[in-house]
Amino acid sequence: MNDPSPTIITLPDPSLVLLVAPSGAGKSTFAKRHFRPTEVLSSDALRGWVSDDETSQEASADAFSVLNSIADKRLARGLLTVIDATNVQRDARKPFVALGKKHHVSVVAIVLDVDVDTCVARNKSRPDRAFGARVVRGQHENMRKALRTLDDEGVRFVTRMKTEHEINTASVVRERLRCDLRDRTGPFDVIGDVHGCADELCELLGELGYEVEGSGLDATIRKHPEGRTVVFLGDVVDRGPRVADALALAINSVRDGSALFVQGNHEAKLAKKLAGREVTVSFGLERSLEELAAAPPSFVERVRTFLDERPTHYVLDRGRLVVAHAGLRQEMQGRSSRAVRDFALYGETRGETDEFGLPVRFDWAANYRGKALVAYGHTPAERAEFRNETVCLDTGCVYGGALTALRWPERELRSVPARRQYVPPKRPLASAAAPSSSDRSLAARDRLDLASVLGGITVETPVVRRVTVGPSLVATAIEQVSRFCVDPRWLLYVPPTMAPVETSTVEGFLERPEQALEYYARCGTDRVVFELKHMGSRAIVLVCRSPEEMRARFGLANEHAGTIVTRNGRAFFKDSVNEASLVTRARNAIERAGLFEELRTPWLLLDTEILPWSAKAGELLRLQYAPAAAAGQAHFAAAREALSLAASRGIDVGALLARTAERASTIDSYADAYRRYCWTVRGPEDLRIAPFHLLAGQKASFTDRDHGWHLAQCDRLADADPNLFTRTERVIVSLTDEAERASAVQWWLDKTDAGAEGCVVKPWTFIAIGERGPIQPALKVRGREYLRIIYGPEYTLPDNLARLRERGTSAKRALAIREFSLGVEGLSRLARNDSLARVHACALATLALESEPTDPRL
Amino acid sequence: MLLILQCTGESPDDLSWLLHKHPDRAQRFDLSFGRAQLFYPHNSRDRCAAALLVEVDPVALSRAKPGQRSTTPLEPYVNDRPYAASSMLSSAISQVLGSALNGRCEKRPELVDRPLELEATLPVVAAHGGGEALVRRLFEPLGYEVHASRLALDPHFQEWGPSSYWSVKLRAKTTVRAMLEHLYVMLPVLDDEQHYWVSENEVEKLLRKGREWLAAHPERELVTARFLKHQRALERLAHERLDADGAREPAIGDAVESELEARWSPQKNSDAPGKTPPLDARRREWVRDALSARRARRVVDLGCGEGKLLAYLAQHSDVSHVTGVDVSPLALEIAQKRLDRLGPSQRERVELLQGSLVYRDARLVGFDAATLIEVIEHVEPERLRWLEDAVFAVAKAPIVLVTTPNREANAAMPGVGPDTMRHSDHRFEWTRAEFSAWCARVAETYGYRFALHAIGDEHERYGAPTQAAIFEQRSDDRSDAPAIPSQPEVQS
Repeated sequence: MNDPSPTIITLPDPSLVLLVAPSGAGKSTFAKRHFRPTEVLSSDALRGWVSDDETSQEASADAFSVLNSIADKRLARGLLTVIDATNVQRDARKPFVALGKKHHVSVVAIVLDVDVDTCVARNKSRPDRAFGARVVRGQHENMRKALRTLDDEGVRFVTRMKTEHEINTASVVRERLRCDLRDRTGPFDVIGDVHGCADELCELLGELGYEVEGSGLDATIRKHPEGRTVVFLGDVVDRGPRVADALALAINSVRDGSALFVQGNHEAKLAKKLAGREVTVSFGLERSLEELAAAPPSFVERVRTFLDERPTHYVLDRGRLVVAHAGLRQEMQGRSSRAVRDFALYGETRGETDEFGLPVRFDWAANYRGKALVAYGHTPAERAEFRNETVCLDTGCVYGGALTALRWPERELRSVPARRQYVPPKRPLASAAAPSSSDRSLAARDRLDLASVLGGITVETPVVRRVTVGPSLVATAIEQVSRFCVDPRWLLYVPPTMAPVETSTVEGFLERPEQALEYYARCGTDRVVFELKHMGSRAIVLVCRSPEEMRARFGLANEHAGTIVTRNGRAFFKDSVNEASLVTRARNAIERAGLFEELRTPWLLLDTEILPWSAKAGELLRLQYAPAAAAGQAHFAAAREALSLAASRGIDVGALLARTAERASTIDSYADAYRRYCWTVRGPEDLRIAPFHLLAGQKASFTDRDHGWHLAQCDRLADADPNLFTRTERVIVSLTDEAERASAVQWWLDKTDAGAEGCVVKPWTFIAIGERGPIQPALKVRGREYLRIIYGPEYTLPDNLARLRERGTSAKRALAIREFSLGVEGLSRLARNDSLARVHACALATLALESEPTDPRL
Repeated sequence: MLLILQCTGESPDDLSWLLHKHPDRAQRFDLSFGRAQLFYPHNSRDRCAAALLVEVDPVALSRAKPGQRSTTPLEPYVNDRPYAASSMLSSAISQVLGSALNGRCEKRPELVDRPLELEATLPVVAAHGGGEALVRRLFEPLGYEVHASRLALDPHFQEWGPSSYWSVKLRAKTTVRAMLEHLYVMLPVLDDEQHYWVSENEVEKLLRKGREWLAAHPERELVTARFLKHQRALERLAHERLDADGAREPAIGDAVESELEARWSPQKNSDAPGKTPPLDARRREWVRDALSARRARRVVDLGCGEGKLLAYLAQHSDVSHVTGVDVSPLALEIAQKRLDRLGPSQRERVELLQGSLVYRDARLVGFDAATLIEVIEHVEPERLRWLEDAVFAVAKAPIVLVTTPNREANAAMPGVGPDTMRHSDHRFEWTRAEFSAWCARVAETYGYRFALHAIGDEHERYGAPTQAAIFEQRSDDRSDAPAIPSQPEVQS
């Protein structure tokens, strides 16, 4: 007996591996040797899980049902999975083949074709196996049958091992799929459909900082000084003026390691032709063939081999970027199947053609909800636009449009215009703007799926890595959204809660600015800003330039082209008259200040406080605040009178009288405190807006700007319409400067003495992350008098204050950071035109966190 | 809070004997919610006045709230409780003046039943739901001369209107014991807010203190109801969740609506009420009949609320499975309790899900029929588009039943004004023309045909109180294509 070299089993990773063998062939032993325990789903083990008896055949149906669903979940995550069951019957394999198909992974079989007598003997030696030899022989026979049909069933890469020795010496090698370049982190420059526009390609490469070496068919892209890589999105060939040059440049650059290349449908067809198969020469293929006919045969051969081995998509940068010519659905990314290839090349068509004779395409990007950004081409559009974490880079260069590149990870778009129209377009270029919702039904990008939030929400954010909100809190928030909030398309941002400073130890005070200064100094911040608090009601103000712009971007418009929403996502005003007036005046001011132009956005989202407090809190004042004062003042007047009479009779009530007088004075102070934030509002002209953050615009959320910038923009609004916009008073404090710290404290004392609510202390940068993690984005330091309307009129009495000091702020702080993180992420999703579902997830999660009970006084 | 008891007449000093407190000393008593002081502002030949000053500890009070939901988040901390006369003053009366309240006076027992010229002064009384009239209704039948003057709410803001507090003086020739009993019972009734949990104990207290006069009091029912704040009310209060700005959020419960709808009288000389079943029952029957006529076996009730229709269908129809969906976790809890009372073979036909018609929900796909019974009017009209998408584009049941109030019929429903609606959470109520236009648009957009129906007795001018539509999918629009792509959606 000759001893062949050991068998090497190559498995694509991921794949679904079926061990095929009768009982007793050594499947479990084999699996244990080559796979991680969690990768192996054993039918025996699952029988045990569901029935406490690993050999119970009666439990098979339940066991396989569980096994199947585990396999389903694992494959959805792209994990290699091994099925340790006999798998000898076609019907047993069928569900696994279907699973493989569903998840676009290869189904692989490893057949342990050992001698049947060995299996029978092994089974006999196991005390827990009750199979008779007949059963095992039957299984063996079925296995033999399987060998003939596996290929037909759709099982690939069948490895058959015939001897104990072969099985014992075999080794398993996992092979990453060709599309899996997750370890390539770039940076990248992804270039849309070139179609032979070599001039524009060179120009664009120059703009992106690349140098092209050599010329003609020898040209290649030199390594970028910053290590950047070009990615060609396919359709480099056909139609245009210099197909061979463009293709040669791409091929050479891939060879030299300065570029990657995924096939487009035009390359696929060219490859088919070059392989000698029959194709219809149309859609510009004739141009490529012409040029190749004139090129040296060696070049044609290089093109043939190059295209032959080109993948149709790549997953790059740890899974954050996917490139595919016609785009790729999330569950297809990093997978390999005929369906994946077809989707990447052609997209999804509806099987009908439009009035121009071109296939009607299914708008897959509208439903895309994946995390990776998908850069694609294939469908020429006027402009490249980010949409739901997808971007189409085909801007129709060959049709006289432009050649466009995506810079990654910068997410910037660069274009060079076509030098001329090389071919007339078959149909007008699609406008890339989000399809506006028709009057009849909701736009696809605006749909919200309950399944994606019902089990809780997890959001990855740039501040804290991940915020998770559990299902029961989300359930409450879903009710809020469904019953009370504004239309989800207008529920863009829910402002985070803010934590107060740690409790002061200074007599008579619950809060003082010293604690804020100490906190930020401790976190290593060097500069903070004290912003005077406006005692009004929080309002998120959306102002669009026109109803048309509003509809185009948000899918829903009103006549005044804007909304004002409360901190819990509801319409700020019960009727639209006030909203219309404030939004209109705000828009005029923004126009006058030139902010739309300067920030290149047709809409702005402002974080503001609307004054006076009494405008929104009228009912609260009438039903809670004023009554407490009225009752207290009447009570103490009567009590003092009675006590004075008793005192005049010589009864010893002196201490009681003094205490009553002191309590009476707290009621007076309390009434003064709430009255400061009230004024009579007759109409919208009596309302004022105090903005303090510019949250986001069309292309950018402004969370990367410091508070100096935010306040400067808000000042410009106040300058443009001082009757509408109120400035925020501020003091900037360098934390290393004792004098500045002291004067900031004094400023706070002066302002709060004069009736101000207090101030908010913020680190200079909008997002601040210290050595030990995220820093509070703001701390409120409320004035002594103001706090009467929070802690009660009499809170300042020493006995009360002593007890109130025992407050814990840490839970509130943790909450503030989580909500802030959600807010920042939500704004950036909003600015990059993510699907509504992704923007909504952040808002809903914040609302959910807000429904968690906390001490409302903090 | 403060109570001054004054006695005039021949021997005013009798008051101090009855109160069992020395007129020349101030005395202090510790209470669970603070402390009380008793002292005499007057003690002369012609009058004797005792003041019971209760100092409520606001911090302790805010911490002691026994799990009761407050009306606004800061209500436990900023409120009138330390100042306005309430059940806490009653407690103080019973603890500080217990012997007088119970008619004991060891040293001068003959005084107990002697009527005296008495006056009680309460500087701050919250007379909720009735004001001065309520004070009079409560005390005048007991023989008091009532003086009440209203306190200003805030002199700086006249537009906020007057306060609901009154400064009250009550005069009568009566015994101290009777006056204290009256105050003991009536103070919480006026205030209408108890500081302690109401238990069966309170029934005892009420009967003991009121045994001699409550039975004959014309406001007996009000007094009993308010004093005893029965558990159901407490439960309801806890269920009303409140927005930070103080606006009340209506509970979804439809008690008020049913009550209003019961007043529906299509004919002037209609039969005595009670002969026809209530409207909500007739809606349920209509739903059952519509489902049964179309042989719907698997039904989803969208906006099932507290689950009355679910229970009804499980008991009285031949549907094999009914799923109730509601957005309110609280409503679902109540529905759950209702369903758990069903027999096991009925119970297993019903399932509850939290869902929302703002979101697309694959779980709602595959039913024979969907019902939207008195649901659409709880959705803002401009938000109906989301509901339409979820129901007619995603769930896509071949049959959809919709009912909603007919606004025209409100005119024949006493208590519903032309500008008001049947339920505080209704966002709109449609005329028949408006409903029909909506049905037509929905049917056209989503490939259904529809027929209009009326539920309840019809008025010749206003029609029936409930209007309804049955949508049936047009056969050419029935497609087996899944409405939701089957791709796994990644969270966030």
